[in-house]
Amino acid sequence: MSTLGTTARRGWWRPALLAPALVALGIFFVLPVALIIWTAFTDPAPGLHHFAAVLTEPSTRAIITRTLVMALVTATVTLVLAYPYAYLMTVVGPRWRAVLTALVLLPFWTSLMARTFAWIIILQPNGPLVRLTSLVGFDEPLLQSAAGVTIGMVQVLLPYMVLPLYATMSSIDRRLLSAAASLGARPSRAFRRVYLPLSMPGVVAGYTLVFILALGFYVTPKLLGSPRESMLAQLIGTRVEKLLDFAGAGALSVVMLLITGLLLLLVSRVARVSAMLGMGEDRNA
Amino acid sequence: MSHRIAARGAEVTLEHLTKRYGSAAPAVDDVSLTIRPGEFMTLLGPSGSGKTTTLNMIAGFVEPTTGRILVDGKNVAKLPPHKRDIGMVFQHYALFPHMSAAQNVAFPLQERKVSKAEVASRVSEALELVQLGHLADRLPRQLSGGQQQRVALARALVYDPPVLLMDEPLGALDKKLREQLQVEISRIHREVGTTFVFVTHDQEEALALSDRIAVFNNGVIEQVGTAEELYEQPKTLFVAEFLGKSNVFVGTAQGETLTVGDVTLRLPRPESGSRALVVRPERMRLHPDAPQPPTAGNALHGVVSNHVYLGSEHRITVELGTGTSVTVTETAAARSDARPGDSVWITWEPQDSSVIPA
Amino acid sequence: MPDRVLRGGFLLRCVAALVAGLLVAPTLVVIPLSFTGKASFAFPPEDWSLRWYRNFFTSGAWAESLLTSLQVAVVVAVVATAIGTAAAVALSHVRFRAKGLVTGMLLTPIVVPQIVTAVAIYSAFLTWGLAGTLPGFIAAHVVLAIPYVLIAVSSSLQGYDTRLDQAAAILGATPWRRFRRVTLPLILPGVLSGAVFAFVTSLDEVVIAFYLQSPTLRTLPVKMFSSVTVETDPTIAAASSLLVVFTTAAILLPQLLRRDPARSRNSGGQP
Repeated sequence: MSTLGTTARRGWWRPALLAPALVALGIFFVLPVALIIWTAFTDPAPGLHHFAAVLTEPSTRAIITRTLVMALVTATVTLVLAYPYAYLMTVVGPRWRAVLTALVLLPFWTSLMARTFAWIIILQPNGPLVRLTSLVGFDEPLLQSAAGVTIGMVQVLLPYMVLPLYATMSSIDRRLLSAAASLGARPSRAFRRVYLPLSMPGVVAGYTLVFILALGFYVTPKLLGSPRESMLAQLIGTRVEKLLDFAGAGALSVVMLLITGLLLLLVSRVARVSAMLGMGEDRNA
Repeated sequence: MSHRIAARGAEVTLEHLTKRYGSAAPAVDDVSLTIRPGEFMTLLGPSGSGKTTTLNMIAGFVEPTTGRILVDGKNVAKLPPHKRDIGMVFQHYALFPHMSAAQNVAFPLQERKVSKAEVASRVSEALELVQLGHLADRLPRQLSGGQQQRVALARALVYDPPVLLMDEPLGALDKKLREQLQVEISRIHREVGTTFVFVTHDQEEALALSDRIAVFNNGVIEQVGTAEELYEQPKTLFVAEFLGKSNVFVGTAQGETLTVGDVTLRLPRPESGSRALVVRPERMRLHPDAPQPPTAGNALHGVVSNHVYLGSEHRITVELGTGTSVTVTETAAARSDARPGDSVWITWEPQDSSVIPA
Repeated sequence: MPDRVLRGGFLLRCVAALVAGLLVAPTLVVIPLSFTGKASFAFPPEDWSLRWYRNFFTSGAWAESLLTSLQVAVVVAVVATAIGTAAAVALSHVRFRAKGLVTGMLLTPIVVPQIVTAVAIYSAFLTWGLAGTLPGFIAAHVVLAIPYVLIAVSSSLQGYDTRLDQAAAILGATPWRRFRRVTLPLILPGVLSGAVFAFVTSLDEVVIAFYLQSPTLRTLPVKMFSSVTVETDPTIAAASSLLVVFTTAAILLPQLLRRDPARSRNSGGQP
């Protein structure tokens, strides 16, 4: 509010405080990433041959497709599970809400390795899950399967879907639903025509975030999936571990970053369009 | 050996102080002012008039575009705030929430490397000065607004600054509390003797507290003077209308008369040219009939349009024939029963008015 | 309008319970398994024993990896918190044209996929001779942790009243003393939060740690990563349980230590 800000009028201390962070990130993060991208385009001579080499391998295209599909499935499953959960968070009292929030933040606290290992236990042949499902006649172990990987990823990504959803949902005025009812709408119609559209910003934000994160998963698919069905992150890893092909890995990384970037662009367009179509909260009503 | 909060005040001189933000009109435009040692000077004006910016330049939070700020002859304009040895009280107190009242007051002494024993005694002395010794260990959130402001005052004075700046310190308080604290501040000023520079937009507050007032408008000082000088002899229309209420007649002066439309009024002294005559409402008298015999004073005829009873006074609005209206204030003792629609005469003596270039 | 429906029916709570189960289940499995008597991952365990914990602490490789993890995490927490707090302070309560760009850049480690970061850093470190070295390892983790510190401290600083800085200045405190005596105590919750996030991020990080490892520089997650595909040794369950305990303790510690910090909201203002 005041034009004063903090007291140092001489400008030197802010840049000085900022410098260590910028230098550290510059040298140990930005530079390496820039270098590997540079290598992808220029090693040994400028050109796109690494991209060609990597993308013409038939397995690569299959992997990229599989990664996109997995991300889609994971994001969708996560959304289906997270939506009711987030909704419940908005209707319960503060104590229950605290419990639900703590539960959803639990994955942040528990080590990824520990959790992935736990899924190995649960999903293994003759593990507890198989014993449960064989009761209904399904006795395929889910370890080393796409389904297993999906379950593992969904658990890790649930918080990233619940939190944006909750943030948007908690700002929806629930009296709008009562208003809809007073105008003659059945609960399901009121939900579909009033609540759902208003929750869209949260849905879009959460879905995008989860999708993008799912694209980059490495540990979960590697440990829970079968080597014949690897994802893009594993491909990049293998390229380096087995072949020491940094340029190729760089090319694949560029591909991954491009897909992510394109997605973000698409989402921001869609978000703008939907705002134009008035799918957001209409304050002029 | 006890340390008395010393009585000393510095002279503060502002020389051609200007603050410009970008290409907009300057927030403070060539302001020059000399504040005498130990004086209580108020910077008065509406928001955006430049008074707060000026105060902040004295404090060091805003760097002047041009000009000098002299404290006892020494130019401090280039010094950072923590080197200026000035005291300041803020509108929202700015007490450190994680420290008790005593710790807040001790803070500046600790920054000056005062010994622990001396800190303790000076802190208790400062809190006694503001009559809060018994609340020394309370946290700010355990204190009322008025108490917090007094702690802020103690904190600002404990290190004997030669100048104390106050940025609308009573703005966040309700009327009764404000009046109580005004009395406190006056008392402390007399006891301590530091030069006080007080910023406010409340003209009643300014009139009550100050030795002298500098009236700010649009970045310039329109007039500096004692409360009485400003009230009785305003030099500009803005000052006349900002301090108290005024009735203003604009016309052409020739010698001792002012021609306003087809009315002639008598001036307190000879003038010529375009002038405004300012008459305070309490200097006017109401009469049901024209004064007989006609006096040397001024007399105008009008019709009462509004009569407001304010307890201690009556405020009566009278429409004059010329289409303008005039406000007359009569004390309750006058038992005025002028009613809307009544025909009345307004009189005043020329020496009870003042003239401003218009 | 049936308030019952608005408040969520039975079905809703069922789904929520399912989700809650999904969130909590893994932890529930790992801890009991660590007490199994057999050298297998069979769950639930039929015998009980502490041998895997004993094995963990007596076997050189496991215990050493825990120690390495803890040492690295502590150093990373300290360094990242210092750097991140400085950056957060520098960016607070100020507006300049490049601010969005600078903030964005400082947050990129969270946004870029871990494998890309890992591979890039590995490649660069190989060239620079930092691969497998402790300073390099710490540097990589610090850079990963800084964004979390930045977010935590910035959020604390948002609620900080800058007029307190002005008051401290006019009272005679130099910029450093202002920070130490006024700002820092009031943003301490955010700083501690950031430190905890930095600690946990480093402790748990496996992808970069995997690439930067050396025989002497193997962190616990990396050891678990290698062993999970190779052995059926429940020591890894003990390791998992320990990891869970450590990270939970790290997260809960600030909550328990917190007395009643004076909130740094506007220090006054009510009549």
